[in-house]
Amino acid sequence: MNTKKLRKIFFSTLYLSSFTFGGGYVIVTLLKKKFVDELHWIDEKEMLDLVAIAQSSPGAIAVNGSIVVGYKICGIPGIICAVLGAIIPPFIILSLISACYTAFKNNSVIKALLLGMRSGVSAVIISVVYDMTKNVMKEKDISKIIILIASFIANYYFNVNAIFIILIVIVYGLIKAFIKARKEREVLK
Amino acid sequence: MIYLQLFLAFLQIGAFSFGGGYAAMPLIQNQVIDKYGWLSTSDFSDLVTISQMTPGPIAVNSATFVGNQVAGILGAIVATIGVILPSCIFVTLLAWLYVKYKNLKPLQEVLSALAPAVIAMITTAGLTILVPTVVPSGFANIATDVNIRAFVLFLVAFFVLQKYKTDPILVMVGCGVAELIVQFATSSL
Repeated sequence: MNTKKLRKIFFSTLYLSSFTFGGGYVIVTLLKKKFVDELHWIDEKEMLDLVAIAQSSPGAIAVNGSIVVGYKICGIPGIICAVLGAIIPPFIILSLISACYTAFKNNSVIKALLLGMRSGVSAVIISVVYDMTKNVMKEKDISKIIILIASFIANYYFNVNAIFIILIVIVYGLIKAFIKARKEREVLK
Repeated sequence: MIYLQLFLAFLQIGAFSFGGGYAAMPLIQNQVIDKYGWLSTSDFSDLVTISQMTPGPIAVNSATFVGNQVAGILGAIVATIGVILPSCIFVTLLAWLYVKYKNLKPLQEVLSALAPAVIAMITTAGLTILVPTVVPSGFANIATDVNIRAFVLFLVAFFVLQKYKTDPILVMVGCGVAELIVQFATSSL
């Protein structure tokens, strides 16, 4: 086993995870830059497939991206080093914040800041979903628009469990994929 | 048994957040607020705000934060392991399937059906933060008890984000500082 490579994997994900703001997609791009363009440990085409796998799996994209890279380079030990590197920085930062939060929550200055930021963070989230909804509408795919509206009504007005909605849509997607595959096979015949 | 509850709750969050980043929010809300009551809605809003301003995925940040708040550092470790475990399993499984069949088509069909449902549920999570900020005593009292200042802040932030594509962190800090200044000026601080 190559301890040098493992160490490199660990410190790369540790570094990226400490300083990358802007979510999982940014981290995946930086992982590619590090391991494909700089170190040449993974080739470009293979990295595209790995990224597709990371983005298709549930969970945080940054963690998934670290897993595929670690796995590709060093197998299971690679996964362990990559994941540890990816989660240690947020673990330390949020543990510190958690300790301060309890102590500072009732400080009037912090309270005012957090209250104002609640309006800001709502705007950030609503702005993101507004853009995403616009993109779905642009596709002009009726089934997607129905899923969007029905899921919202079920989740917001009727408090239907998110996991339940996701499971139903997964079943729907699988049935759709199955029918499509069958049609394609018939065409080939 | 609190550690087991934390582990299982975050295992579900990890297993069902498809699409990365914000996709974890409705699941965190479902488990952490609705099911177990580990955080209040305002704590959850603060957690999302903090997650936006620090590196690291929302899911991992929440696991560390909630674990620490509920059961100390051991709780944080258990919750964090819970949230990344599904990633490790799914990613490895998908990588194996991909090598075997070289075909991610059925999976892509499922993901494309899931996307609109996930958007809908992120909207719900966004409204869970926005509504109590703007109408502190509940949506039923929207006619009599509206926090106009919070609503104006939200509208301005939304407009700035959409029109100028300003960095979300900057917008949130701006909102916090604005609230602080107003409270200071009206000497309610």
